Amino acid sequence: MKHLTESKTSFQIMDQCLVIYMKDELDHHEALALRERSDKLIDKENIKHIIFDFKGVDFMDSSGIGMIMGRYKKVIFIGGKVTVTSVNSSVDRIFRLSGLYKIIEKYNTVKEALEAL
Amino acid sequence: MGANEMTLEFDSKSQNESFARLVVAAFTARLNPTIEEIADIKTAVSEAVTNAIIHGYGKEEGKIQIKCRTLDQELMVEVIDQGVGIEDIEKAKEPMYTTRPEWERSGMGFVFMETFMDSLEVESQVDKGTTIRMKKKIGGDKGEKRG
Repeated sequence: MKHLTESKTSFQIMDQCLVIYMKDELDHHEALALRERSDKLIDKENIKHIIFDFKGVDFMDSSGIGMIMGRYKKVIFIGGKVTVTSVNSSVDRIFRLSGLYKIIEKYNTVKEALEAL
Repeated sequence: MGANEMTLEFDSKSQNESFARLVVAAFTARLNPTIEEIADIKTAVSEAVTNAIIHGYGKEEGKIQIKCRTLDQELMVEVIDQGVGIEDIEKAKEPMYTTRPEWERSGMGFVFMETFMDSLEVESQVDKGTTIRMKKKIGGDKGEKRG
């Protein structure tokens, strides 16, 4: 198990699963940074599954949808799964409106998401 | 309560997105909005400002203006840029439509603006710029649950 902590977001890697613990606000500005950092890890660590943990996130707009879909497209070809956890009600509304739950699953906690893989 | 107005101008840099939506949320606070109404306004403003930065100015840099006006319990927000403009506004508003798939744009920006605000008007002229005008009544639809 490896822990990589950056300024805001922290990453955890277990086997081929990347857990991304996000913080604060996921807008276009933050999505750009997150995209770059997570893609480096996905490629370097041969990642198959991704869990986005929203516990520390109180705001997200359509840029977050684009960022998650982008990562989904990266892992789907190798049979990977993308899940989201600890989603608050305003973020949940954005996910539902965008139709994202058609391709990704939601769990209450990271632990539950890991067990479901 | 009467009318109240403010104008904000800032550079089209992505780090200003958060600041811009927080200013509008703070300006609206006097109308005593619910947490959900504040989330709606922040999302809609964030979408409009992001559009101005990414699509309006792109690699260029320019100024973005936000004009806010409250009249009684209604908020009016305008997000104004002098960027490239939108060629086909109806097309741009379609869900999942984006001119920038390579930048991972989801094409949901206008959908969220329309959903979270009571009204949305788009005025745009190619090479002149775009004005997004949104209105929302605060406390006006307490009985209605969205989503």
